[in-house]
Amino acid sequence: MKKAPLLLLLVLALAFCLPGCSQQEKKEETSSAPAPAESKAQEQAEDKGIKAGFIYVGPVGDAGWTYAHDQGRQEMEILSYVQPSTFIETVPEGAESARVINGLALKGHNLIFTTSFGYMDATIDVAKRNKDIVFMHCSGFKTADNVGTYFGRMYEPRYLSGIVAGKMTKKNIIGYVAAFPIPEVIRGINAFTLGVQSVNPQAEVKVVWTQTWFDPGVERDAADSLLDVGADVLTMHQDAPATMQAAEARGAYVIGYNSDMRSFAPNAFLTAPIWNWGSLYTKLAEEVHNGTWKSEQIWWGMKENLVELAAFSSAVPAEVQALVTEKGNAIKSGTLHPFAGPIKDQSGKIVIAAGQIAPDGDLLGMNYFVEGVQGTISK
Amino acid sequence: MKLVIERREISSALLRFSAPIASIGVALFVAGFLLLASGVSPLEAYKEIIIESLGSIYGLSETLVKTTPLIFAGLGVSLAFRMQIWNIGAEGQIYVGAMGASWVALFSGIQTHWIMLTAMFFAAFLCGGTWAGVAGFLRARWKVNEVIVTLLMNYIAILWVDYLIYGPWKDPKGFNFPLTAQFSDTARLAEYFNTRMHSGFFLALFCALVLYLFIERTVWGYEIKVIGSNQRAAKYAGMNTGMAIFFVLFLSGAIAGIAGFSEVAGLQHRLQHGISPGYGYTAIIIAWLAKRSAIGVVIVSFLMGVLLVGGDSLQLLWQLPVAFVYAFQGLILFFLLASDFFIIYRLKFVKGGAHV
Repeated sequence: MKKAPLLLLLVLALAFCLPGCSQQEKKEETSSAPAPAESKAQEQAEDKGIKAGFIYVGPVGDAGWTYAHDQGRQEMEILSYVQPSTFIETVPEGAESARVINGLALKGHNLIFTTSFGYMDATIDVAKRNKDIVFMHCSGFKTADNVGTYFGRMYEPRYLSGIVAGKMTKKNIIGYVAAFPIPEVIRGINAFTLGVQSVNPQAEVKVVWTQTWFDPGVERDAADSLLDVGADVLTMHQDAPATMQAAEARGAYVIGYNSDMRSFAPNAFLTAPIWNWGSLYTKLAEEVHNGTWKSEQIWWGMKENLVELAAFSSAVPAEVQALVTEKGNAIKSGTLHPFAGPIKDQSGKIVIAAGQIAPDGDLLGMNYFVEGVQGTISK
Repeated sequence: MKLVIERREISSALLRFSAPIASIGVALFVAGFLLLASGVSPLEAYKEIIIESLGSIYGLSETLVKTTPLIFAGLGVSLAFRMQIWNIGAEGQIYVGAMGASWVALFSGIQTHWIMLTAMFFAAFLCGGTWAGVAGFLRARWKVNEVIVTLLMNYIAILWVDYLIYGPWKDPKGFNFPLTAQFSDTARLAEYFNTRMHSGFFLALFCALVLYLFIERTVWGYEIKVIGSNQRAAKYAGMNTGMAIFFVLFLSGAIAGIAGFSEVAGLQHRLQHGISPGYGYTAIIIAWLAKRSAIGVVIVSFLMGVLLVGGDSLQLLWQLPVAFVYAFQGLILFFLLASDFFIIYRLKFVKGGAHV
């Protein structure tokens, strides 16, 4: 035991010495660094190949959010100059992710997609150290010269799916399993509810929070609790298909999310607001390849086909299908906006006046529920 | 022939030293088959794990970044374990520690760098300590099981921090996203070599040294050891066991709380959801493997850091699924814990009919 303090001193000494040694190494490194950078630049000048990397928040097999991104990744790879891309799945959000993102940067990727909100700070941080790499962060609000953001107006197909739910419910209770009370999710719940109420003002949307993007067990419990209080149509803002399976097991209807998940609930499935990341990823790869990419905040909607409503199941009556298709076309042409006033919040106060359309800034920071939602947002 | 488990009379130093190393070897051997089955050369993969986590300034810095909170939490947990007090609540203590530090960083308005950091440090220390102290008080006063109390208080702490970031502490300029504002430079620890390594690491080493001296060189440390090995004897010797239990749990939580300070001040620069991806739980394994010694905690935390950081490369280079990385890390822990068993016990073949 007497030797232990000595050992500790040794460890400490080593720890303090290491930076000293490493600084020297670092100098060598920086002196040798330009060489690979040059060769990389030359390489790029020659063929401008795209080596893309993706950071996923869930497993690619989640059948939802991450699956949809991975489909987009594969679609992008069809481009001749896009080399086989890399993805890293189930990366925790927060500071932890910076290491993984930087790992991609160090391994010669020149276009990096970080596909969850919680990677925002980490993406900006890594981008600062890797100026020659283009970063695209999904769903955030921070940009830099080499960091752009992208997201989709999911509220558009959400609104349409709300119309379907409003038409299909018999008990006028609709259940919504939701992940986190952040603007993206709240916006979806509101758009969905506005769709419901546009055809069925009696119907109410009950919200249960799970505080997780991907946890099939928790999602299933939340869905069951909604069925227990009488919901006969469910939908969710989650990455797993657990809500679909709950509805299928209990004979309710369900509206999916993220990707066409009908195989999980062949009888219960109605439709689903879904993502098509492929077209956007392809466009971004093209821009980076052609050298025309510049940092911007992309927010595409149904018009650009980044988001859409999946094909209806046979359970949806023809006249409902026709109505929703018509509304969908109106959204695409710009004549219908889900957040056009008058819109009241839960307390009955007008939040968007008649004749007004909520500006994008308000939509991006949405922090209230509209009338017809049963649930609370912690403030 | 019969197989019996027998307690070793003495475990030789050689055995205690070689068993963990051998067990890592066995784990790597077994994991090698999984790698082969996935079409990856095991040697290549292991080489890459080492290179990734230790082979460059960047890799090493990331390993140390990962090691830092593990050392704090591991020290906290191991201190309580010394006294046979089972603090399962380091995770929650990290959260309240981070909360205390963030409160000072966001709302105190202190302008001087070192005063700010000192205030943040003590806020984290007190918050973590108080949080664990609740369990200590209940245990000392009414013999309430501290395992249950500390474990359940994790959930309270995490949800409480969620409440703050979704509610009163939310960044007014953050588009209603659940994040506090970023800390000013006054409230940030120094970073080195253009990496994310921060002075929290040296603080962790210093803490380990202080804790070591405290346990081995002070009367209090001696009392903790005595109470840990025989509470009744300690009472008979006139030691105030109730006070000691409270005190040890307080200190245990306070040290885990410093991990929260180090994470928000050194790395995250704001309070947000998921500031600790389970460091408090990993700390339990660390304290166990380190045999509750402060020096051991530093070494095991570092190995854990290598494992966690190097594991990324399996995904990055070979596109192995994340489940594989978890299985790989699980295998190594499993064999390490098994080696612990064989240090204390041995298997013996006995001819039929012999007593068991």
